[in-house]
Amino acid sequence: MSGPEKIYRDKLAQGSFEIQRCSACAKHVFYPRVLCPHCGSNRLEWSAPSGRGTVYSTTVVRRKAADGGDYNVALVDLEEGPRMMSRIVTVAPDAVRIGMTVKARVTDGVVEFTP
Amino acid sequence: MRGSVAIVGVGLACCGEAPGWSENEIMAEAARVALDDAGLTTRDVDGLVCASSNAILTSLAVAEHLGIHPKFTESTCVGGSSFIGHLIPATLALNAGLCDTVLVTYGSNQRTGVGRAEAGKFKSALDPQPFERPYQPFNPLTSYALAAARHMHQYGTTREQLAAVAVAARQWAQLNPEAFSREPLTIDDVLGSRMVSDPLTVRDSCLITDGGGAYVLVRAERAKDFPKQPAYLLGAGAAHWHRQISSMPDLTLTAASESGQRAYQMAKLGPADVDAVELYDAFTINTILFLEDLGFCAKGEGGAFVSGGRIAPGGELAVNTNGGGLSCVHPGMYGIFLLVEAVRQLRGEAGARQVMDCKVALAHGNGGVLSSQITALLGTEETL
Repeated sequence: MSGPEKIYRDKLAQGSFEIQRCSACAKHVFYPRVLCPHCGSNRLEWSAPSGRGTVYSTTVVRRKAADGGDYNVALVDLEEGPRMMSRIVTVAPDAVRIGMTVKARVTDGVVEFTP
Repeated sequence: MRGSVAIVGVGLACCGEAPGWSENEIMAEAARVALDDAGLTTRDVDGLVCASSNAILTSLAVAEHLGIHPKFTESTCVGGSSFIGHLIPATLALNAGLCDTVLVTYGSNQRTGVGRAEAGKFKSALDPQPFERPYQPFNPLTSYALAAARHMHQYGTTREQLAAVAVAARQWAQLNPEAFSREPLTIDDVLGSRMVSDPLTVRDSCLITDGGGAYVLVRAERAKDFPKQPAYLLGAGAAHWHRQISSMPDLTLTAASESGQRAYQMAKLGPADVDAVELYDAFTINTILFLEDLGFCAKGEGGAFVSGGRIAPGGELAVNTNGGGLSCVHPGMYGIFLLVEAVRQLRGEAGARQVMDCKVALAHGNGGVLSSQITALLGTEETL
């Protein structure tokens, strides 16, 4: 069996976003790891998050139009607890607000969020 | 550890632009200046400490270049804070009698060196950060921008307050003939400069220069045997809670709150005792966060604290008296320059920017993306 990073990516490649949950301390974990960063246990199991999250912080990375234009980079707090870097799409990059509720989707093996 | 060692030599070299100089050559030149300041040569060095964000086996290469066969070698790299962090193992080694004279040196040709873009690609491959890279953060800047945006959201901090940090740094730089950027800078200039990753503009960001710095550390018992006034180590503390910004527990609270506490406890001092404050200002938000986390103001009040010229020359608190990474020098990693400035202030060598009656100086290093936080307190003989 592969390490957790490859397992995570293989799931994403199938369109499925899963995170780990520690069966020793019951906390959810992201990014995927070998040991629970909360309690040290190796009893980490895969579970599908609700996909609901809240924007914790957001920025617009400025880029020349010729190179694709400005884009959003955000930190999203998942309903289950962990935070992850992502991007908020289907909305102008500068219209993203801290505190906005967002929903995960998988596009080309990458987790992104929509309002 | 308190008072057991002292910095007896400091030096800068190749600051600004040094085309045609390699990193090891800049490190060697900085070492020469610091050793000369201490009345020493490479023949006297038996402990060597250095770090590079590019090279591997750094201390081996630098020792070879300098012709030193060290009894003690250390080259931990935790980003720009490393050279303040090096005080801790170097002090332990000196106090254990493993060596007698430690040289800490750094150099970088980040501004004019060739092959930097290629080196960047290799570094990305070696440090893939697979859970952030797909989103193309313009790092390190985007990570600090996310922290600034959160601080603004949570505490009402404004872009004008961020800009006040850059303006204060520039005013200090105008008093420092060695600073790289000395032309006038206003709040409006900062607000009107090119946005890179909101809310941080290019003027909210540190310089990219060449440059090197070095210091010499010895046990306190022989600190007075050298030509310059010693700067004694009173306290030091290090802490880190994350590597990537997405793993930082609270983007408005850095591990400086822990490293600072540790350093103050060791020194038996508090923020009110500090005369000169040298903070790693990679971006304007850093200064605000570190002033809060090191206890110079309450959490959330950093924006108001830096406004109205309060940290500029003539203000209530002398912060980043050389002009900082924002206006003086920033060759990749800035930590060693904080210590060099702290020592110069304690010696009374800082010319037009000298802080009156400076007895205690704080140097605070930051590494990664608000990740590694290392605080040191240095003082004159009367603070022992």
